[in-house]
Amino acid sequence: MNTEILGVIAIYILIVLLALPLGKYIAKVFAGERTWLDPVFNPLERLFFKLSGIDPTLEMNWKHHLAALLGINLLWFLLAMFVLMNQGWLPWNPDGNPSMSPHLAFNTAVSFLVNCNLQHYSGETGMSYLGQVFCLMFLQFVTAGTGMAAAAAVFNAMRERSATHFGNFYNYFLKSCTRILLPVAFVAAIVLAFSGTPMTFEGKDSMITMQGDTVQVSRGPVAAFVAIKQAGTNGGGFYGVNSAHPLENPDYLTNAVENILILIIPIAMVFALGFYLNRRKLAWMIFGVMTLGFLLLSLPSIYSEMQPSPIANQLGIDGSAGNMEGKETRLGAAASAFWGISTTATSNGSVNSMHDSHTPLSGAMQLIDMMINSLYGGVGVGFLNFYIFIILAVFISGLMVGRTPEFLGKKVEAREMKIALIIALLHPFIILVGTALSAFIFYHNPEIGWLNNPGNHGFSEMLYEYTSAAANNGSGFEGLGDNTPWWNISTGFVLLLGRYLPIIGPVAIAGILANKKYIPESAGTLKTDTGTFGLMVFAVIFLVAALAFFPALALGPLAEYFNH
Amino acid sequence: MKEPLLPALKMTLLTLVLFSGVYTLAVWGIAQLAPNGGEGEIITHNGKTYYENVGQQFTEDRYFWSRPSAVDYNAAGSGGSNKAASNPDYVATVQARIDSFLVHNPGVSKAEIPVDIVTASGSGLDPHISPKAAQLQVQRIARVRNLPLEKVQALVAEHTEKPLLGFLGPERVHVLKLNIALDNLK
Repeated sequence: MNTEILGVIAIYILIVLLALPLGKYIAKVFAGERTWLDPVFNPLERLFFKLSGIDPTLEMNWKHHLAALLGINLLWFLLAMFVLMNQGWLPWNPDGNPSMSPHLAFNTAVSFLVNCNLQHYSGETGMSYLGQVFCLMFLQFVTAGTGMAAAAAVFNAMRERSATHFGNFYNYFLKSCTRILLPVAFVAAIVLAFSGTPMTFEGKDSMITMQGDTVQVSRGPVAAFVAIKQAGTNGGGFYGVNSAHPLENPDYLTNAVENILILIIPIAMVFALGFYLNRRKLAWMIFGVMTLGFLLLSLPSIYSEMQPSPIANQLGIDGSAGNMEGKETRLGAAASAFWGISTTATSNGSVNSMHDSHTPLSGAMQLIDMMINSLYGGVGVGFLNFYIFIILAVFISGLMVGRTPEFLGKKVEAREMKIALIIALLHPFIILVGTALSAFIFYHNPEIGWLNNPGNHGFSEMLYEYTSAAANNGSGFEGLGDNTPWWNISTGFVLLLGRYLPIIGPVAIAGILANKKYIPESAGTLKTDTGTFGLMVFAVIFLVAALAFFPALALGPLAEYFNH
Repeated sequence: MKEPLLPALKMTLLTLVLFSGVYTLAVWGIAQLAPNGGEGEIITHNGKTYYENVGQQFTEDRYFWSRPSAVDYNAAGSGGSNKAASNPDYVATVQARIDSFLVHNPGVSKAEIPVDIVTASGSGLDPHISPKAAQLQVQRIARVRNLPLEKVQALVAEHTEKPLLGFLGPERVHVLKLNIALDNLK
């Protein structure tokens, strides 16, 4: 069999095999059970809580959880704005890169704050090392921890009992960062550093090539940065082209490691739910639905990218290597397409090929992936998005079979349904409104110079940008000239809405449900851990997410596909 | 609001020290044992130092060519073309590259040209080309350098890197290493 396809299969199998034990470990961390890292982290966390005056055993209700989450996020925003707007004169700037303009700083600060990492700057010329390490990399740890803490609170609220208070936000947050993200990132960073990814505090180097050209080589503390960028579904690269850069992703092995990191924690979170609630079947149902969707998107994408590229067919050259524009030879078409679906499935947003140059069909799969945004999903928040779809499916199935909609022994009623629907419809709303406004502006100002490609593909560039922002993904059709006040500010607001409402909604629903009387399962209960219910969830996802976007997809990638 | 934010501020500072400070220094410390102390792997040849993973521009006939690049292989930055196949300007660019390749490699037919040698990589710094793209340039190299064809063919075969563990991922040729070996041929 083709070695490129075997490579992709090996990567996926490894991910699932590693995610199972990691999921068990995460469940133990959230439950406060003993783990083998206790001797290191118990004293450290005790010290952190003592110094900051936080009692980690103080149980919170859902409003306290959200207040704590939003409060600490506000502080991080202020810190990020300060660093980004002043990095030019602050220390540790060996390449002499400038401070950011206010609107670029706003976009960058928000985008890293919401775990998105949309990058309207280029790392080599737009960031100091202080900014990279003490602003962006810091946010890559703590914002991933924020998402996991919110998911942990929902896990806790889903237990079989009636309760108003469930866990402590700071406790979940710190443990997610120290016990889950830090060890994973540390191991990965070492592997990368020994595989040729730079890990140095030196600035740019200069070299004379064999042909005698003088060029510069941008370096920096890349290995540490890339590890957490991948593990925390952040995706914001050290270099402008992210993991397509041969220093950020030197060979097929590092590519496999980085691709595993994209998916491992999101998948492990699903297994963690099963272990935590002792409902393995429910976890397998969720994993099954997510995997079905993931495969339905990745297979067409891989197939489409491995076909003789459209340009090769048109010009009569040998296209058997696939669509190689914007791709790296050492990675090949299959691994690039698989990464493209992994990264859009999980709100990671790192890239190892230029999505703008993918075939229309592959671009459409990436868009749909982000429009659904819960086929594994971001660390923590992917599960929260999926939770909304479960609630909707419970309600609809309940109506269809004439039973009271119940989920894990709690009645789902009007208030929860309203919240779930608002969250489900918010995502298409902010994407489509943003794209429509931009298309309107572009139509009346065609000289504005935003688009790198004409026609339907140009429309796709704008659609992709808002989809990526709303899904907190961070990848882009990077031909879009997006460092302008309009794009920086409009996507900034889309980012904020696309992050905080989908956290607030599920936490609120879980909190309201937890407060209700627990009804033990009986013969009349709708079973939610079966294949039938899984298909129901899949149908809801398809109806709500996919159909809302069909007209927009038809104008972009689908029209391009049928025209060329 | 003031009271709950103070603990959050303290927690922020403590995690900043741990994740930006301690973690970074720990990885950096261990990376000192990595090749070239974590400053990027290098190759030295004839007194010049090159970065192994950073591709170089090769346009002269006496060297194996590397792929086209949107940033001319200047690793001060990085970038792809971000062009779509439906873009007429892009089609014209690729057509021009094909024409140029055919002029410099007489005897090669258009249908043989592999797509990677006329399309730009994602990073603009791709250090590799496909084995086909290297084999197609053997005739030109042998002619320009007055070398026996078999000798250059053997050199390309020797520099064709196998997939990871023999079965994962694509085969490729490292252009810089191949060209260094070419210069070393007597």
